[in-house]
Amino acid sequence: MASVTTIPERDNYLTNGYGIKSWLLTTDHKRIAMLYLASITFFFFIGGMFALLVRLELLTPEGDLLQADTYNKAFTMHGMIMVFFFLIPVVPAVLGNFLVPIMIGAKDLAFPRINLLSWYLYIIGGILITHCMLTGGVDTGWTFYTPYSTAFTNTKIIEAGLAAFVAGFSSIFTGLNFIVTVHRMRAPGMTWGRLPLFIWANYATSIIMILGTPVIAITIILVAAERLFHLGIFDPKLGGDPLLFQHLFWFYSHPAVYIMILPSMGVISEIITAFSRKRIFGYKFVALSSIGIAIIGFLVWAHHMFVSGMSLYAALIFSFLTYLVGVPSAIKVFNWTATLYKGSISYTTPMLYALGFIGLFLIGGLTGLFLASLGIDVHVTDTYFVVAHFHYVMVGSVLMAYLGGMHFWWPKISGRMYPEGWGRLAALIVFIGFNLTFFPQFVLGYLGMPRRYWQYKSEYQVLNIFSTAGATILGVGYVLPLIYFMWSMRYGKPATDNPWSAAGLEWMTSSPPPTFNFDETPVVNFEAYDYEHIKEKEVPVAH
Amino acid sequence: MHTSPAASTEHNPALRHHFASVEQQKNSASLGMWLFLVTEIMFFGGMFCAYLIYRLAHFNDFAAASSSLNIWLGAGNTVVLLLSSLTVVLAVNSAQRGKRKLLVFYLVATIVLGVTFLGVKAKEYHDKYVEHHIPGADFNFKEEHTAGHDELPPVNQQHAQMFFSLYFVMTGMHAIHMIIGVGLFAGLAVMAWKGRYDENYNTPVENAGLYWHFVDVVWIYLFPLLYLISRHH
Amino acid sequence: MSEHEHSIGFYVLILVALLILTGVTVFAARVNLHAWNPVVALAIASLKAVLVVLFFMHVKGASEKMTKVVIFSGIFFLLLLLTLTMADYGTRLWT
Repeated sequence: MASVTTIPERDNYLTNGYGIKSWLLTTDHKRIAMLYLASITFFFFIGGMFALLVRLELLTPEGDLLQADTYNKAFTMHGMIMVFFFLIPVVPAVLGNFLVPIMIGAKDLAFPRINLLSWYLYIIGGILITHCMLTGGVDTGWTFYTPYSTAFTNTKIIEAGLAAFVAGFSSIFTGLNFIVTVHRMRAPGMTWGRLPLFIWANYATSIIMILGTPVIAITIILVAAERLFHLGIFDPKLGGDPLLFQHLFWFYSHPAVYIMILPSMGVISEIITAFSRKRIFGYKFVALSSIGIAIIGFLVWAHHMFVSGMSLYAALIFSFLTYLVGVPSAIKVFNWTATLYKGSISYTTPMLYALGFIGLFLIGGLTGLFLASLGIDVHVTDTYFVVAHFHYVMVGSVLMAYLGGMHFWWPKISGRMYPEGWGRLAALIVFIGFNLTFFPQFVLGYLGMPRRYWQYKSEYQVLNIFSTAGATILGVGYVLPLIYFMWSMRYGKPATDNPWSAAGLEWMTSSPPPTFNFDETPVVNFEAYDYEHIKEKEVPVAH
Repeated sequence: MHTSPAASTEHNPALRHHFASVEQQKNSASLGMWLFLVTEIMFFGGMFCAYLIYRLAHFNDFAAASSSLNIWLGAGNTVVLLLSSLTVVLAVNSAQRGKRKLLVFYLVATIVLGVTFLGVKAKEYHDKYVEHHIPGADFNFKEEHTAGHDELPPVNQQHAQMFFSLYFVMTGMHAIHMIIGVGLFAGLAVMAWKGRYDENYNTPVENAGLYWHFVDVVWIYLFPLLYLISRHH
Repeated sequence: MSEHEHSIGFYVLILVALLILTGVTVFAARVNLHAWNPVVALAIASLKAVLVVLFFMHVKGASEKMTKVVIFSGIFFLLLLLTLTMADYGTRLWT
């Protein structure tokens, strides 16, 4: 019974130019964010399809759906696509690109053309990985450890590596853009201490992108050189050390997980404050803990290598440092909880995702601490315990925060409201589906089921069936927003400038914003999360 | 919400619309370039890490392999590259003073020096090919250079090959960066000839200069690490 | 970016210093300083790098503090990579 509602539309970034050239050659950060939204969503569902294959195979203990090699390719492509083409770019490239300039009162990012280049690099990487998939794929696991990846496998390592390499440059340029933008383009009065925490989060993320990504770039080149020229840098037969690959690989890939979680944490700070109608508890601590996570995150990489043959003494050091990195994350959880306390809570869809995030991130983070302990790690490493841990933080946390953010800012992005009832239902389905999929995996791992195995002992079957059932429910939960977001673009209620009565510069411009974000450059004379001065249902004004 | 006064009417044609002033644009470009150079530090850093590990593990074999590199070609190339850094500085200086012809001259001089470096590198690679020092099936490290030191164990072929693997990867990656740099300067020279850069706008020249200096700094470390491990006899 | 320009003569002086240091490092490599050879070589290289960064890249006297912060971060994280990796290799053979 929805009708197409027409409103007298102001000129905004969506209406400013039609036709494919105006999109493919745009330098407007908001349009580029939308280009990313479309392409990243596409790769998410491809990665999800591989997950489905894996979970279907694991319904039965025997390897009966796929051949063993095909199963290896399925979990590899699932990992590669989800890590490099979804989790690492999603929040910065979609929400970050859209919001960073607006939140600081700027007209665009510092380097709009480089921003467009970032997207094209992502697309080129995406084409390469798609071609790789369609012509046989890779079977080494997304971690492509040597010497299997350099000396033994016949699959398309170099092409997949090239795809990740190119996507990595997309990441580097985005980070570079964000850092320069936050330093140089804040509106008058927007001091560092007044920045929304989403900005602090993306800034810290950008530091990691700049410092970490080049190391995996050179690692990929060394692997390619090894395959092409048989150099022996990682090959024990030629005097090389496979662990050197692991050191170089994880030097990036561990901080990479902080690239994934930090922007999500920024989203949560925005949502929690808006729907508690309270300023964040401990702004400085939350802001500085983002920087802390970025820096300490570089000190812990070898916790992925505890049983690899590395030195026990180094393992002790890395174990200690890994406990340390939990501290700033815990600080954030305490601060969000304290923000909720005595707040005026509304259980909107974004808030449901945010509340879910806090619980699931707690579980994911704490199980990370179990893994940091050398004794426990020896028992559960390379089992489903690890798989459950990282899915709790990547899916239960990053993805939930991303969905929460998409719902929170959808009115701003599209000028339309999504249907709230369906939003809440989908959030519930995602939460239930997620826990049903991944909680049993903690138990499976503890009981000893190894990861990346195509068959398993028959006593693990019941838990695996729960997990696959959960995955199906989770899939439904993801498809629903896809449908109703698209529906809302035509039939959704038109959004006001500030449907949530939230604080922040993005809510002080129209929904959707004009191409240059503001009619006039804002001057900021208020603190972030200024909720004491914003009455409910009122548009916030400067005082 | 208060609003700021309308943008001033004076307008540098190089000013892009999302910047409030030419100074903001220049500072942003500069910060962006330095951030990019940091990514390059980490990029080369991965190779330096691999080199460090293997050199410490196989010092004597690395020293022997290193001695087979031509120290005079290496040192000569170092001089050429340092000279090219000077010509780059002078190019930037010319641009800042609005001296078009001088700018083009120094850009071309940098290109010539860069190509010289690459030519010498090509000769060195050729020498390695002739001596069977290129890693692979034909690799064979003969120990002429350690003659007269019979008390040392014979050079381990695997470890010597490791040295050369790292040598080719590191100098190869450096050479690729130099080729890109030469290409950049060629483009800039054409634009400079057309009068695109002057005292009001010369950011591309400055930033390309930063890139070139960085490539020079990488070589400043590569030369002693690869060529000068142990040259005392 | 610093607008304080040096004279051409000054830059030539820096180049001469760099060339002299190159000569010194080649000479030092041919003298047996035992364990100090690599230390001396890296020290001279670092001195050359500092000259290039401070004077050719105009970092000395630059008005922007961020430039120096960015450079130090790059060096710091590179050293982190090298040091912590060596924490493994250096202690592998300990019992």
